[in-house]
Formats: sequence, C-alpha cells, structure tokens
Amino acid sequence: MSDRTSPFARDTTLHGDCDRRDAAWYIDKGVEWLLFLGGISAILFIIGIFAFITHEGMGFITTRFDAGEFFTTQYWTPSDEYDPEYGILAMLAGTASVTGLAMLTAIPFSLGAAIYIGEFAGERAREALKILVELLAAIPSVVWGFIGLSVMNPLLIALFDIPVGLNIVNAGILLGLMATPIMTSIAEDALKAVPDRYREAAEAMGATRWQVIYKVVLPAARNGLLGAVLLGVGRAFGETMVVLMATGHAINIPDSPFDAVRALTATIAAELGETTAGSDHWGALFTIGILLFVITFLINLSADLIVRGIRGK
Amino acid sequence: MVTQAPKIQVDNLTIRHGERVALRDVSLAIRPNEVFAIIGPANAGKSSFLKALNRMDLFTDKMEVAGRILFNGRDIRTLRNLYALRRRIGVVFPLPVGLPLTIYENVALGPKLAGVRERAELDAIVERCLRLAALWDEVKDRLNDYGSLLSGGQQQRLTIARALSQSPEVLILDEFSIAIDPITTMRIEDVLEQLRSELTIILASTSIQQARRLADRTAFFLDGRCIEIGDTEPLFEGGARDARTRRYLEGRFG
Amino acid sequence: MERFATTPLNRRNRRIQALLRGLFLLMTLLLILPVALILATLIVKGGPALTFDLLFSDPRLGMTAGGILPALLGTVWLVSLAMLAAAPLGVAAAIYLNEYAGDGWLTRLINLAIINLAGVPSIVHALFGVGAFVLFFGLGASILAASLTLAVMSLPVIIVTTREALAAVPMSYREACWTLGATRWQTIRRVVLPNAVPGILTGVILELSRSAGETAPIMFTGAAFFLPLLPQDVFDQTMALSLHLFVISTQVPGVPEPLPYAVALVLIGLVLMMNALSIGFRLWLRGSRRW
Ligand SMILES: Nc1ncnc2c1ncn2[C@@H]1O[C@H](COP(=O)(O)OP(=O)(O)O)[C@@H](O)[C@H]1O
Ligand SMILES: [Mg+2]
Repeated sequence: MSDRTSPFARDTTLHGDCDRRDAAWYIDKGVEWLLFLGGISAILFIIGIFAFITHEGMGFITTRFDAGEFFTTQYWTPSDEYDPEYGILAMLAGTASVTGLAMLTAIPFSLGAAIYIGEFAGERAREALKILVELLAAIPSVVWGFIGLSVMNPLLIALFDIPVGLNIVNAGILLGLMATPIMTSIAEDALKAVPDRYREAAEAMGATRWQVIYKVVLPAARNGLLGAVLLGVGRAFGETMVVLMATGHAINIPDSPFDAVRALTATIAAELGETTAGSDHWGALFTIGILLFVITFLINLSADLIVRGIRGK
Repeated sequence: MVTQAPKIQVDNLTIRHGERVALRDVSLAIRPNEVFAIIGPANAGKSSFLKALNRMDLFTDKMEVAGRILFNGRDIRTLRNLYALRRRIGVVFPLPVGLPLTIYENVALGPKLAGVRERAELDAIVERCLRLAALWDEVKDRLNDYGSLLSGGQQQRLTIARALSQSPEVLILDEFSIAIDPITTMRIEDVLEQLRSELTIILASTSIQQARRLADRTAFFLDGRCIEIGDTEPLFEGGARDARTRRYLEGRFG
Repeated sequence: MERFATTPLNRRNRRIQALLRGLFLLMTLLLILPVALILATLIVKGGPALTFDLLFSDPRLGMTAGGILPALLGTVWLVSLAMLAAAPLGVAAAIYLNEYAGDGWLTRLINLAIINLAGVPSIVHALFGVGAFVLFFGLGASILAASLTLAVMSLPVIIVTTREALAAVPMSYREACWTLGATRWQTIRRVVLPNAVPGILTGVILELSRSAGETAPIMFTGAAFFLPLLPQDVFDQTMALSLHLFVISTQVPGVPEPLPYAVALVLIGLVLMMNALSIGFRLWLRGSRRW
C-alpha cells in the first residue's frame, strides 16, 4: 500500500505495513489461545471431576456394586470383615430429611426477606440489609457445625427435654440459615426482574402494595423464585461439615425430627480417611460421590434453566 | 478535472447485523482529500457503513459484511495485518470517548502502540494533535488529569486529537456533534476546515446544514440504500434527481 | 382526592399491608440475628482464651493446650497458594468469556460448566482432589494438592466476579482503542484490565475468605489433624485452622471449653476481616471511578 506524502501526514512510519504481521499481531493471537484454554477450563474441570471420581469408584461399581442393595437397603457396614453391606437408603433418608427441614425454614424466611428488601425497604436500608444477610454466607461451615455442637445441642435438650440434641432439627435449622443468603438474593433478583409498569398499573387501580405483590409480582416472579429454592436445595444437599457435626451421625431411617440421622456427604467425610485406596469401601464412598455429583448437577441445571427462562423474557 | 484513483472504493456492500440488514448493495467511491458527507435519517445504515471501512465488523458481534471495500486500491479483506489499516483511519464517535487514561495518554496511546518510544517524539505528537483539535490551550497545564473527566465538548475534541495521533490518511466522523454544545460544534467544524486539504474526511450526519457547510460531495442514505450521491452545492440547490432526496433536504421527512 | 376516600375495605387492606410489612421486616431481622448471636457467643466464651500465646505458639498436650500457630500458618499457606493458582486461571477464563467469546454453543456450555462447578458439593471436590491431585498426579496428601483442590473450587466465583468487573468497563472504551489499531489484547491490557482490577481484587479477596473457612476439601488432600513440625515445603502436609476446629471440637477428649470457641473466633474473625476488606474495597471503588 503506497503512502501519500502530505504536510500533515508527516509520520507515516507509524502506519506500519498492512502486509506484515508484527510482534503485537502474534502476541495477540498467542494470548487469545491462552485465554481460550482458560475459558474452557471450567468445562475441563467438570469433566475432570466426573472422570476422576468415576475412576476411583469404578473398581467397586464393576465388582461389588448392586443397585438394588445400594439404593434400597439401609445396612451400611463396609468395614465388616466377613459380610460388608453397602446400603445407602438410611443416608438418603437422612440427607432428604435434613434438606427438607432446612427448606422448611429457609423458604419462608428468604422469601419474606426478599419481599421486604426488594419491595418495602428504602434505598439505604436495602443496601444495608443485603450486606447483613450476606454475612450469614460468610460464616464457615465448620463454625456452623461447631455452633450445632456447642450451642444448638444444649439448647434443644433444654427446650424439648430430649436426651441428645444432635438431630434433624439441629442440622436442618443450621442448613436453612446457611442456604438463606443465596436464596434471598436470587429471589430478590427475581422480584426485581418484574417490570415496574406492572406494579404501577396495579397501583393505579387502587391496589395496596401488598395486593400488588401478592397478585402481580409474586406470580410474575414465579420461575425465579422456584430457581432460588432449587439453588437452596442444592446448597443444603451438598453441605458436609454441618451434617457431619450436628446430625448425630447415626445410620437410621428417622420417624421423628428429633431423631439422629446420617447424611451422604458426612459419610464420605467421616470414612474416607479410614479406608485404603482401591478397597471396596473406598470405591463405595466414591460411588456416593458420583451420586452427589449427578444429583447436584441436575438440580443446578434445572435451576439455571428456570432462572434463565425469566431472564430471557 | 483530473480523475484520481479513489481513496476508498466500495462495491456492492451489504451489511447485516444478525437477521437485520443494515445496508443493501451500496457502491460508491470517495476521492482523496475530499470531504464526503453521508446524510440520512436514523437507522439509514450510516454508522454500519463507516464501521465496515476499518473492519470493525471483525470485532462486532453478529455483524457481517458482504461486498468489496478497496482502500488505496487494495481489498481490505486481503490485508494480513488489519491493525495497520486502522492506524491509517482515525475515527470519531457520536458520543465523546475520553479513555480512562490521562489526557496525555489518550493522545499518546496510539503512537505508543505503534512503536514510538521517545518521550520527546510523543510530547511533540501530543502537543501537535491537541493543537489541531483546538484543545491544547485548555488542557496544556493538566495533561495528567483523566481524559474521561473532561467536559463533553472537551472530550470530543480529545477524541479528535486521538484520532489524529497517528497521522491518518482518512478521518471518519460519525455524527460527532449530537452530544455536544453548538459552540464546540463550531470549533470542531473550524478544525475540520483546516484539515480538509490534508486528509480525506468522511462524515455521517443527521444535520443537513452541517453537511452543506462542510462537504464537497454528499451521499443520501435511506433504509440501508444509497439513494443518491452528488456534489454538495448542486444537490442542496434543488439539483437532486431523486424525489426522496429532495424531500429529505427540504426537511419534509421523518 | 375525594374519590379515593377511605372505605372500610380499603382500611382493612391497609391494616393487612402494615401487618405483613412488619412480618417481613421481622423475618429479615431474624436472619441477621444469628450472626450477631454467634459472634456474641464466641466472643463471650472464647474471648478470654484468645491470647497472644494462643495465636503464636504450638499446640501442646495432645492439642488440649497451647496455641494454634501451625494451623493459622497452614491456612494462610493453603489459601494463598490456592488463589495463586485460581486467580490467573479464573481471570483468563473471564477475559475470554467477556472479551472474546460470542454467544454460541461453546459459550453456553462454558456458562453451564461454571454454574455446575459452583454447585458441586465441597466433599465431591475433596474426592476429586484425592483422585486427581493426591493419587493420579502423585502429589500425595500435601499442601499443593489441597491448595489445588481449593483452587478448582474457587474458580467459578472468581470467573463470575471478574466477568462482572470486566463487563462494567464501557464498550465504547474498547471500540475507541480498537480504532487506534490496538489489538484486542493491547486493548484489554491498556484500558480494560486497569479499570477492572479493583473489581477483580474485591472478588479474589472475598473468595480468599471463603476458602479459608473450607474444611471438607482439604481434609483428605493435605490438611492433617496434628503435625509436630511446621511444613518444610509444598509437598508436606499442614495443619489448618478450619480442620483444627473440627478436630478439637469432635475428636479430642479433654479440651478445655474456651479453646474451641477461641479457635472458632479466630477463624470467623479472619473470614469477616477479609469480607470487610472486600466490602470496603467495593465502596472505595465506587467513589474512585475514573469515568
Ligand atoms: N450492533 C447492532 N446490532 C443489531 N442491529 C444493529 C446494530 N447496529 C445497527 N443495527 C441496525 O442496523 C440498521 C442501521 O443502523 P445504523 O448503521 O446504526 O444506522 P444510522 O447510523 O444511520 O442510524 C438499524 O436498523 C439498526 O437497528
Ligand atoms: Mg449512527
């Protein structure tokens, strides 16, 4: 390309050659490749997690594993030398009951908080309340577990006159509190996503704030709220330290909220250290891991699809 | 009149943004050292056209360009280093963009990236371009302030200084005056008057008066088509061949 | 205004509204209360044991006495290394997603992976760490393996916060830079990143504080119940504050009551301090925008 001479365009040396790729060109391409690798790392890690836990669990799955026994019996005696049994039904029940109770507390509270923060609070109060609710998420799970042991346990014993306070109620309440911040924040997003004109239209017809929320905003935010609940379920379901420390860790299909139970996650945490790599017990624990991975994957996937549904509109 | 090889020649240019067609089959040629105005209502395809000239389509999501663009006779799609093309084309946007760098860095950034290292040389470029953009006197004592914190009118002149910093062959201005005050607009028009003999200026504008004041030739775009191109004076004196152009110039349009 | 005179029905609605509003406020406050109660409990019960000696000496008598220095240092080691690994990778991923990727199927897949990575239970991360870093890559249970496990866990949050910081930089800055003939990378390095760094740091600090509290992922990958010696290099195991709290509150008999409270207080103090730092950073940031 020819350069025109002009009194103004004195410095055509700056233009460079349109046909020559300079260092900057190649650096840009190289960096793009590096960044691309970073970009797909999340995919690689998800695949990697699945691959590695499956790899460790495979020995068990291909030899000892029996789906019928695994999912429908409640006897878990992997360290029995002569007749180890691998039934996780009781742990499924334990995880489900604790998660269920957690949601029973977390859903009303997070929804109430989201409505107050999103629909009633003023600008400043909103910011402050959001930060304060987020603080719940800052407390490490092992501290929650410790609170379960040292505060909730004696409290429940005193309140309900039971011999031991490490049970579904204890862990459920703590898990509920832990799941609340994310649920509140997603629920508030969902409320915020409802266009103001809906509110204005309803208010113009003389509806009170609450009527607007109840009749207009909540139905319109339905999907986002469902997504919030699902994410909360995922959180509670996958939590480890609290259920390890506060449920009583007893293999037991509960028939009362004051029963001690054992959760899937807690079983892995409690037993992995005592098994030898490659043993059936080891493989069984990794198989539980696969199950946890698959279930949380499905929960998160559906939460995302539902939440994205509202954003897309 | 001597026929010169066109600075920029566009053949059958069609531009899409996803499904939406922004420009349909436009062909035109822009001569060296002329001021070429593109007028037309909003969404006529002016900005899309200007973006295609320095291959911004490569960096714009879903923007597709079909047809041929020759710069100094060379198809810009065959260039091995498109950054070298962009250094030859200065661009001024509708909204002023003072980069969040110091005023000095705003102007020196382009030359630095192009390889200028000498402080004295950079100083000279910065001063020359700020003077050309009629901003030097206002900012010469605070070159280390942030460019993004200047007033709108000053930022637009800073944008011009930046666009001139690599001594471009072509200066593109896309509705440069929509967000600034009339006084600054006048000052910038004066700047353009000074520059007109030095480089090729392509100007998109919704203000027909501005085109009339500045342009040697004017093209009228409407709904993605180039309706008419002509020398500015005759066109504005009622010499438009197309009825739509005449109606637009008389102000009886959207 | 007369047309809108208060009718009995209207009055009833207003009363319901006031009642519910109060109820929702109460619920919100009840969510804030636990944090205050927990802090108060820890301070009252653990405060007296929170001495200089606790922070700066080794555990003694089977961890029933002495201090927590090795655990404190271990946690610092673990989270620093984890961030050293996770931050560059996470920032790279965020830059790719925000600055390069369009919205094709690959981007959608990456987003999906990030969301799911964020939702993987921490104990599953631990299993991955054991299977991948400890066994497959032969790092053994070590500081390195535990840090890398934490790093994988931290990745999604770092990606998401970095992406937000990048997205907050106006598009017009990039375009202006491109028209100068800057490459994408030059634009990112000169204009985008400098303006996103404070936002990125906010996210990294927040994630740093979260990883400091994690227990499950480090349990089998490199953190040990008790070690008589400080680690010599990244291939040694280490004690960690979070695991130490678990151990002395569940596994060791005869621990004097205030000790676990004090350890919990140190852990939570560390985490909240970093949180506050990140919040303060965010506020300061808002005040120091350069556009
Ligand atoms: N980035 C974009 N994405 C989608 N559509 C666009 C984009 N830019 C422009 N368009 C569409 O292309 C048409 C032409 O727009 P534009 O080139 O900006 O015209 P003008 O500058 O004359 O107003 C318009 O219909 C506009 O909506
Ligand atoms: Mg335009």
